[in-house]
Amino acid sequence: MKPRIGVASFPGSNDDRDALRAIRFMGAEPVSIWHADRDLNGADGVILPGGFSYGDYLRTGAIARFAPAMAAVREFAEEGRPVLGICNGFQILCEAGLLPGALVRNQGLAFVCRRIHIRAEDSSGNFTKFSAGEVLQIPVKHGEGRFVAPPNVLGRLDDGGRIAFRYCAPDGRLDHRFNPNGSSGDIAGIWNERGNVLGLMPHPEHAVDPDLGPTGGQQVLQWLLTAARHLARASAITAV
Amino acid sequence: MTSAEPDGAKVASVHRMLGLTDQEYDEVTGKLGREPNPTELAMFAAMWSEHCSYKSSRIHLRTLPTEGPQVLVGPGQDAGAVDLGDGMACVFKIESHSHPSAIEPFQGAATGVGGIVRDVLSMGARPVALLDPLRFGPLDGPTNRYLFGGVVAGIGGYGNSIGVPTVGGEVKFAPCHGPNPTVNVMCVGFARADRLLFSPGGRAGSVMVLIGASTGRDGIGGVSVLASRTLEEDAHRSRPSVQIGDPFAENVLIELCLELGDRRLLRGLQDLGGAGLTCAVSESTARAGLGADIDLDEVPLREPGMEPFEILTSESQERMLAIVDPENVVEVERICRKWGLSARLVAKLRGGGQLFVRHEGRLVARVPARALAEEAPVYERPMRRPAWLDRLREDDLVRAPLAIPVEDAFLAVLGSPGVASMRWVYEQYDSMVQGQTVLGPASGLSDAAVIRVDGTIKAVAISTDGNGRFGFLDPYLAGAHAVAESARNVAVVGARPLAVTNCLNFGNPERPEVMWAFSEAVRGMGDACRALGTPVTGGNVSFYNESGDSAVYPTPVVGMVGLIDDYRLLTRNGFTTSGLAVYLLGRTLPELGAGEFAEVVLGKVSGRPPVLDLEAEHRLHELLYECARQDLLASAHDCSDGGLAVALAESAMAGGVGVTVSLPDEGHPAHVALFSESASRAVVAARPGREDVLEQLAALGGVPLARVGVTGGSRIRFEGLFEVSLSDAVVVYEGAIPRLMGSRQLAG
Repeated sequence: MKPRIGVASFPGSNDDRDALRAIRFMGAEPVSIWHADRDLNGADGVILPGGFSYGDYLRTGAIARFAPAMAAVREFAEEGRPVLGICNGFQILCEAGLLPGALVRNQGLAFVCRRIHIRAEDSSGNFTKFSAGEVLQIPVKHGEGRFVAPPNVLGRLDDGGRIAFRYCAPDGRLDHRFNPNGSSGDIAGIWNERGNVLGLMPHPEHAVDPDLGPTGGQQVLQWLLTAARHLARASAITAV
Repeated sequence: MTSAEPDGAKVASVHRMLGLTDQEYDEVTGKLGREPNPTELAMFAAMWSEHCSYKSSRIHLRTLPTEGPQVLVGPGQDAGAVDLGDGMACVFKIESHSHPSAIEPFQGAATGVGGIVRDVLSMGARPVALLDPLRFGPLDGPTNRYLFGGVVAGIGGYGNSIGVPTVGGEVKFAPCHGPNPTVNVMCVGFARADRLLFSPGGRAGSVMVLIGASTGRDGIGGVSVLASRTLEEDAHRSRPSVQIGDPFAENVLIELCLELGDRRLLRGLQDLGGAGLTCAVSESTARAGLGADIDLDEVPLREPGMEPFEILTSESQERMLAIVDPENVVEVERICRKWGLSARLVAKLRGGGQLFVRHEGRLVARVPARALAEEAPVYERPMRRPAWLDRLREDDLVRAPLAIPVEDAFLAVLGSPGVASMRWVYEQYDSMVQGQTVLGPASGLSDAAVIRVDGTIKAVAISTDGNGRFGFLDPYLAGAHAVAESARNVAVVGARPLAVTNCLNFGNPERPEVMWAFSEAVRGMGDACRALGTPVTGGNVSFYNESGDSAVYPTPVVGMVGLIDDYRLLTRNGFTTSGLAVYLLGRTLPELGAGEFAEVVLGKVSGRPPVLDLEAEHRLHELLYECARQDLLASAHDCSDGGLAVALAESAMAGGVGVTVSLPDEGHPAHVALFSESASRAVVAARPGREDVLEQLAALGGVPLARVGVTGGSRIRFEGLFEVSLSDAVVVYEGAIPRLMGSRQLAG
């Protein structure tokens, strides 16, 4: 059964069409979610895509969290169903309180678009465990991707196995010179407590098609597809 | 009402303040059969400005070739279009936004991006790529660093936010660009060929719906005051003439207009850019041979009390004018509501060719649309070849002694801002959004950007090129070389060059030396376009790029698009494996004139630019295209700025594998062979086992070929001369711009 993956479109979302295409590439069924609707279009998993929702003129993601679609996404997440926030989507998840911390201006004070490496940490989301230490090549493109949080929150993320990815050297070493934005602890992506909401600054949807470059994004999207498939099956069984 | 004369008193010398000459004022009076009122005068001043009317350049531009079987839309529309086959069209255009950027670099550059994107959008195409050729003063000056940093941030700030990838361009530095930075922006879009929106799109009874942002006092006089005069000492006072961009509004406007097009609700779509509503209405009605009733009270305003002339010439950004059949207005309004943008019915097309403008119930202007849009004066300005040119050109640089070791010269050239990596720039641009960038800055240095046509194996290769030093020393050759180099860059990746758009950046056309250089550049461009089969589909002229006695180098810039039939066969430019035979295609002549080496090492901007044999150039392109088709090459790279030495080093750095080179003995001193910028050359590495086929094809195609080395190791070795480790070369090449800008450099 092909899982249905919904991709939210806010005004100013740019990578929504790219996420839809990547989902199709991965063999799942992509569907659009319009920001003004409370309807998730029957999605088994949701992507909040990259871009500049509402222009991001206030704080990144600060307005999008109030969109009607976000109320539905919140309920969806609270049911334990999988949500992936990419870049602006990660920022929206933090603003919505579905993930802790905040994403602030890059240390270099400039937008940065480049292919970087991230290392999967010893963490797990629902139905998937990334193999710890594995290095994925994947692009970042953001001006405000520096993850910050109070020390106790950072400690909790670390202790709870909730740091999904860290920026690293190509060989997996942690080295701040490979951290593109100055994130605390080189953090590139984190889980919520329950392991069903993942936010990350790098763009997995831009790293699936080998004709365009590295394919480190496939594994990240695979988590979403797997979790969506399991939960879709589970809810189908419950319904019976 | 229509028979009444518009209100308004006679205008005395106001026209001069608005940029019209006394003679032009008399011509306006002649067209109207009476004196214009202030509103009408403002409309003429905007539309007859150099920027809108091309009054000084038109007679020269007419000589350019504009036709070919591939051309779907030639000059005269908002953007040109070429046929990609299978029902797809590529829409593209380049424009300058130099004057606003000199005054306010961030917003000037940002709104330059916004404007060119709307030009492509108005043809019914989705904007898919941006490229930015830029020129600044040297980065040791703080003002130049401020302008450079601001322009780059502005391009990124706007382009990233609207979701159109910025995939290429070029950056060069010269003292003459200090007070006059050059900011050109090219946009490429894709559309279904049968859905292109041509003008004239309207008929009598069609209505014009103004969509998008409200209209404010920003940008009034942009075309006449800012773009059509030289910048004076008090240029900062013109800051209110620079528009402020809202990329979020543009982002939504793009999606909205594409949806209107997809639903077949549009007869035409016009961008509101230079000269605002006046330009959009007069151009579209004039092309249709119609007139219009325009109601300024329907225009949503940002502030009360705006005068009619302000509403008519405001250059507020993020606005489009949709030409719609009356029965579709309700649906258009519904879709605009969905996207949260305003839609107001501001005009109705009518027969008769006159524009009737009403404000607060009164007729404030009555003007023939054609007189505004198509009947501006055309000038044949006097031209004179500069007297100083010959002395400079006679400088024999090949005989000049080299005072430093050749290795030091190599590192100086490799690390000069005209050659060094522009990663500092490109990393501030999102080059990946839309997910079709096959070759772009993120995949490393490339000769041309390559954008896939979604869902197909076709792709378009795009390059922008121009050489100001060439323009200074031989504008004819600069025009020709710009076309040749951009075509070569496109051919190097395996594309067939299709057509060009041009941006002509010059000083004050009222000076005969400037006008001579302009006409020479256009002549060179025309000759090259004819020889290479790449017609001109449109472009932009930017005059008055000077302040005080200092004019910019005559800088003709070309944006070339080429077609790749199967992007999986494209050729990249890095050496990625060892043991590959490396060849130089083309002939090296002792040509250091106007080159990077001459400026950086000899401290001279003199001599003659390289000669250009257009037939040899064309043969090289044919060979490169054929090599890509047969998959003969492991890498291919254009050989131009900095010569063979730089081309080899760039291929080695791009692929991470070194190279050992024996220079072919052509009787030149080593530094001449290394740094000559002879045209029509490329550095290629053959796929293993395909060397013979390559050599035969080159012989058959009449392209000189010399085996110059072999890939391998981690050093760039010029046998008998010097060697540099790849990592040292990378430090010099990648570090130059961050060092000058004082920025933190990321690893990797």
